[in-house]
Amino acid sequence: MEKRVIFRGWLLPALLIAPQVLISAVFFFYPAGQAIWQSLFIPDPFGLSSQFVGLGNFEFLLSDRFYRASFATTAVFSILVTLCSMIPALFLAVIADRLIKGSGVYRTMLIWPYAVAPAIAGVLWLFMFNTRVGVVSWYLGTLGYDWNHVLNGGEAMGLVVVASAWGRISYNFLFFFAALQAVPRSVIEAAAIDGARFWKRFWTIVLPLLSPTTFFLLVVNVVYSFFETFGVIHTITSGGPQQSTTILVYKVFSDGFVGQDLGSSSAQSVILLVVVGLLTIIQFKFVEKRVHY
Amino acid sequence: MAREIHGMVEKRGAGLWLTHVFMIIGVLIIFFPIWLAFVASTVTQPEIVRPPMPLLPGDQFVENYTKALFSGVNVPVATMLFNSLIMAIGIAVGKIVISLLSAFAIVYFRFPGRMIFFWMIFLTLMLPVEVRIVPTYEVVAGFGMLNSYGGLIFPLIASATATFLFRQFFLTIPDELAEAARVDGASPMRFFWDIVVPMSRTNVAALFVILFIYGWNQYLWPLLITTDPEMNTIVMGIKQMFPSGDDTADWPVIMATSILAMIPPVIVVISMQRLFIRGLVDSEK
Repeated sequence: MEKRVIFRGWLLPALLIAPQVLISAVFFFYPAGQAIWQSLFIPDPFGLSSQFVGLGNFEFLLSDRFYRASFATTAVFSILVTLCSMIPALFLAVIADRLIKGSGVYRTMLIWPYAVAPAIAGVLWLFMFNTRVGVVSWYLGTLGYDWNHVLNGGEAMGLVVVASAWGRISYNFLFFFAALQAVPRSVIEAAAIDGARFWKRFWTIVLPLLSPTTFFLLVVNVVYSFFETFGVIHTITSGGPQQSTTILVYKVFSDGFVGQDLGSSSAQSVILLVVVGLLTIIQFKFVEKRVHY
Repeated sequence: MAREIHGMVEKRGAGLWLTHVFMIIGVLIIFFPIWLAFVASTVTQPEIVRPPMPLLPGDQFVENYTKALFSGVNVPVATMLFNSLIMAIGIAVGKIVISLLSAFAIVYFRFPGRMIFFWMIFLTLMLPVEVRIVPTYEVVAGFGMLNSYGGLIFPLIASATATFLFRQFFLTIPDELAEAARVDGASPMRFFWDIVVPMSRTNVAALFVILFIYGWNQYLWPLLITTDPEMNTIVMGIKQMFPSGDDTADWPVIMATSILAMIPPVIVVISMQRLFIRGLVDSEK
């Protein structure tokens, strides 16, 4: 779509667009280019020179046991976060949708966690499950379950998943609730006249009508669990125990800043870039469809 | 008849109560971590380290929050709150300003390379800061911007979401308005200030809410570039309050800090709920 009425001149628009172009160039394109460039080199241990290795860093990464494990960890993590944040959100939205009065109050209460930063959410959940002072871990102890996410990789994964999914429930709730409110009452009432009970109506009418929202949220939540959960993992487990919660973004950080392995870290950035690209394409394809919908 | 159908679709009586009960249980579960943090911020350290800690607030509210705000662990929390505020507002305002300007240029002018710039900006949508941390860190260090507000803010405003949003909106502004402005001999900038900016008010406000929270909740970036505790933001600084090694953390102060860290974004979200939801829907489209 283009404007019919336009202003003339090129100096003014060039000045107007300059700040964004400048900031993008300096803080985006140059670093992104550097990431790609550095991914082709291995710096010597003193950082004085570096040796061109072509795709060597990538070959090494893809055959590296730890990197492949990190891929699997990321997959498990993002699937679990997506499910744990979408299912309760859908459930709450369905209930809230049945209430004519009061849903505003519940909505206000449910929005809260969205405003809580992932890192702060990490601290809150760490506090509840802390092996020494945690309330939940203490009560689990009285039930005979010895909770220790510091040593047990499965429990560590469970904790970072729940802490990451928690704030997202609010987000998903808002979208599901809006979508449910948009389902035409007449359709539901027609089904009710035909004798369809609530759950039958839900599975056969409501859920299919929600599918655009559901698909959209699936993509958005996967992107979230890939890139925005760093704070949760850093505060709760720092990627441990034995790398069992080291997702890809965490590994870029720990190899690049803690391990100082710039070549590998850059190659990982490039691989992530490809992943983001694919996710973005999926998202845009879908958004296009939704616009014509 | 209508009433009976209504009864089938919306719950009444016992069913209605049950629905409320489900909802309240859901809200309580979701809310529990925040409640527990609040309780922990009002009791003494010995009450916490001897589990189970109480589930109702104690009487140390003033003591713990005063201690957190004015002495903290490494640095007073008041300082970190101030840094977070500057960063969040800087990111929100910076992003809105540069995007309004560039979207105006792209929509209302035809200049050489316009589409190249458009696609350049489009590309920045794709790469979150987490992915390019090492080289971005080097750039910022090269400019001597470590431990500065500029270093905290600039790399995070290099993104295109806001530009796209404004572009979409500007395209819906009727051509007649620009036509009239041109006939009256108004300059493009005058048209921008008197027509375009006032019309974008709601979009700007909605975007501000979203960007404020985005900026406030940043973690990784401040963690990398603020080595001086005086420049820590509250969201990243809280992790620095945990002692290394086996010492016991000062839980009441840490939990008071976590409550303080969530108050500003929560206030923004709750008080501007409608704008917030609109911003959320707009910026994801």
